[in-house]
Amino acid sequence: MNAAYFEFIRIRFLTMLAYRVNYYSGIIVYAINIGAYYFLWKAIYGDADTLAGFTVEQMTTYVAVSWMARAFYFNNLDREISNEIRDGGVAVQMTRPINYLMVKMMQGFGEGVFRLLLFMVPGMILATLLFHVTLPTDPMRWIVFFIMIWFSFLINTQFNILTGLFAFFVENNEGLMRMKRVSVDLLSGVIVPIAFFPAWGRAAMDWLPFQAITYLPSSVFTGRTSEAETWHALLIQIGWFAVLVVPIVLMWRSARRRLFVQGG
Amino acid sequence: MRLSRVGYTFGLFKEYIANYAKVKLTYRADFWVEVVSDLLFSLTNLLFIFIVFQHTPTLGDWSESEVVFVYGYFMIAQGVFGAFTNLWNFGDRYIIKGEMDRVLTRPAHSLAQVMLENVDPPSLVSSLVGLAIMGTAWGKLGLAFDWYDPFVLVIMVLGSVLIYAGIYVTLAAISFYSDAPTGIIPLMFNIQSYGRYPVQIYNRGIRFLLTWVLPFAFVGVYPAMFFLEAHRDVFMAWMTPVVGLIAAGIGLAVWNRGVKRYRGAGS
Repeated sequence: MNAAYFEFIRIRFLTMLAYRVNYYSGIIVYAINIGAYYFLWKAIYGDADTLAGFTVEQMTTYVAVSWMARAFYFNNLDREISNEIRDGGVAVQMTRPINYLMVKMMQGFGEGVFRLLLFMVPGMILATLLFHVTLPTDPMRWIVFFIMIWFSFLINTQFNILTGLFAFFVENNEGLMRMKRVSVDLLSGVIVPIAFFPAWGRAAMDWLPFQAITYLPSSVFTGRTSEAETWHALLIQIGWFAVLVVPIVLMWRSARRRLFVQGG
Repeated sequence: MRLSRVGYTFGLFKEYIANYAKVKLTYRADFWVEVVSDLLFSLTNLLFIFIVFQHTPTLGDWSESEVVFVYGYFMIAQGVFGAFTNLWNFGDRYIIKGEMDRVLTRPAHSLAQVMLENVDPPSLVSSLVGLAIMGTAWGKLGLAFDWYDPFVLVIMVLGSVLIYAGIYVTLAAISFYSDAPTGIIPLMFNIQSYGRYPVQIYNRGIRFLLTWVLPFAFVGVYPAMFFLEAHRDVFMAWMTPVVGLIAAGIGLAVWNRGVKRYRGAGS
């Protein structure tokens, strides 16, 4: 049974490998993003040493690691799921003796592992050479960081699944998917660390799951958190992961009862 | 191109937009969802600017209102471009699924026909919002208002839109030559977004890239420099329509060559 799920990871990994053009352009996209934000932040800092508690080096590291983490947790499962719901493919999937959502998650994971090995690792080496990225020296921080981006992946994928499953209930969830993508990028802290938000914004973010996707793991990586804070951050991630399982299960149950395929 | 032919194509645009309106009035929710998600995208970018300026008085030597002004201009051009040059799915829909064969049987020019079929008027709402943002920043900066400013703005926006159109038509036309350049469009989308900040903050290499190779800086900062008194650079501003015509010319040429090469998907 588990071997079947493992196959989905492997196949997706190999599929990604087959589309070379996408791979190369993907690398360029990430390099450009990191480069542009690097210069943007340099201009923002100007002569200042620290802003919102970030030194220039920490900011550089934060930008690099955030985009690299995004490479790992990012996937288009929302679009894949809603396309399969709309064209009816999901009905076929449901007849199979495997859990549809688990399959999707595994495929997303295959994609993530692909990008982790072929984007993140070379990208991080390149970024360290080009910019003043300071990597953590404590091995424990590395381990915790990798556990944390695993949860980033899980939580982001949960968001994607929820958004995708909306296709069961509305005829067109295109706008919803776009809104999700934009809000995740802003609120998770990829574009600007949450520490830069005004006080009320930070307070609101404390109660939302977005920070668990980028801000928390990247903060741990930059070494801005004490040990207690690090464990606390991990705990927040685990908490949100558990909480988000509930709406997915509820939606999936009620969705199966009302599957209606457009033009099917 | 003969004038009557241009008139004919514009007539078609009118028909297609009317048709679009009829379809969309049936699915009103879709229309608003698209408008809202477009605006949300711009709102995030504006929020970024506002958040950043909470921590610093200037970006390079650009003040908050100036950066917002450039962004407002960027939104206007982006909105017009999105409404008429909506070619995101070109490779998938026209080449892989073979709809290009049908397009070639139509009397209008093939590129005009493809653009017609994908008109996306909701995108124009962001142009209006951009105009309002630019107007607000204009007032805040206390810029003078000359009688010719609106006309210059129209020419600049046209130039910027031609630049976008030229680049994206070229990219779409690559589908005629190669199988799946799907990764290139998001790549461009990422690069284009850097034109919305003053390019002066980037290093020399990126500045050169955004000015002369992929001239996205002409969709934002350079044309805006015509109006911003503190950064006035009339020469670079007037390069906008020039670069626009060149980019559009290249786009059209690559497209026409591509169409000649096109042999159908075969399925």
